[in-house]
Amino acid sequence: MLLDFLHMGGYAGYVWSSFGLTAAVLLINLAGARRQFKQRLAFVRRRMAAGDKT
Amino acid sequence: MWKLFHQFGSPPHFYRLAGYLIPWFGAAALILILVATYGGLVLAPADYQQGDGFRIIYVHVPSASMSLFAYTLMATAAGIGLIWRIKLAHAVAAAAAPIGASFTFLALATGSIWGKPMWGTWWAWDARLTSELILLFLFLGYMSLRAANDDTGKADRASGLLAVVGVVNVPIIHYSVEWWNSLHQGATIMKLGKPAITGDMLWPLLMMIAGFGCYFATVLMIRTRSQVLQRERNTHWLKEL
Amino acid sequence: MKKRYQRGIRVALVLAGVGIAVALLLRAFDENILYFYTPVQVVAGEAPDGRRFRLGGLVTLGSIEREPGSLKVSFLVTDNQETLPVEYEGVLPDLFRDGQGVIAHGTMNDNGIFVADEVLAKHDEDYMPPEVAEALEKAHGDEES
Repeated sequence: MLLDFLHMGGYAGYVWSSFGLTAAVLLINLAGARRQFKQRLAFVRRRMAAGDKT
Repeated sequence: MWKLFHQFGSPPHFYRLAGYLIPWFGAAALILILVATYGGLVLAPADYQQGDGFRIIYVHVPSASMSLFAYTLMATAAGIGLIWRIKLAHAVAAAAAPIGASFTFLALATGSIWGKPMWGTWWAWDARLTSELILLFLFLGYMSLRAANDDTGKADRASGLLAVVGVVNVPIIHYSVEWWNSLHQGATIMKLGKPAITGDMLWPLLMMIAGFGCYFATVLMIRTRSQVLQRERNTHWLKEL
Repeated sequence: MKKRYQRGIRVALVLAGVGIAVALLLRAFDENILYFYTPVQVVAGEAPDGRRFRLGGLVTLGSIEREPGSLKVSFLVTDNQETLPVEYEGVLPDLFRDGQGVIAHGTMNDNGIFVADEVLAKHDEDYMPPEVAEALEKAHGDEES
């Protein structure tokens, strides 16, 4: 049964690569966005701690 | 009314509100996408013509829809930024671009993978595919114009103009299958009258679109907050965080 | 307020200008964007003479003839108004069958046969399980009799 599911009626390669690619791109996008935010937040916090009076 | 608009354009208000909303939209996105995936891969029956191969629809169509939605949002935000000189609007446009580009890439890639067994080709220069490819170039062009300009204001204006001008491509993409003889078939969901897709096959598709929408909102808010941190790094309110 | 108004007008004008430019560009490239010609269009002489072009339509029911032992196949393409014969040698897509949409790329030979070097299948926007498709076909058959 599981093998049938994975086989996707002969279209396994096409279906699983599509879903896999989508999952990968969505996760990379999310991770990239969070990383950028954390970097910039850390930058602002560092400047505050250093007593920047700008 | 104007006060609401003014508040909406205020970076500190947005920053705080987005911070609160992100986990909720994120959770909604995760749940909707997971349930839709199960519905599309397991529950939906196989298609009479394409068998299990049609299941690619559950990632292809939502990606394509979101690519158009993201571009429209980016162009609208850029337009508002250009006309009313609201920096936050430009921040939203800048945040939307990489996400929109990703969706466009996914629409093209999954479409290509789907096309090979069904149509018999990985690619065709018909109106739908060509205009969607142009959309990807528009997103990349927007991001390049931003990167090329050190001055945020100049970057906002140059890229914003490209975004607004390029918006004519969106209706072209949508109506391409009606206006020109194409390889790509017509609209399934937007068909007036009964949708050309049966219930068990339809709900996972709609749910996946909703899930992608919540995902887009989540990542857009994260990236816009990043933009705000960058643009407002010298202001007083940021120090109060 | 006035400045904002002027800016808005400027943006709108640029947008309109580009919109018109794009529309004109597309009209100029129409024969490339027009991905295929239908049998009616080909019979009316709209397809380019002597050059390769794409012919699109439906495979006439019962018209598919394969040469045993080779990849040669011949069939008829119709738009329910005009019908043209096609000859092709090569691999056909999964969906190629009676009544299916096709787009053939090739040239018209002197005998009025379209010789294709590529055949793509085109499907419609409907998705349904086999039982529903069978029921629809039955209902359609009942209607016609």
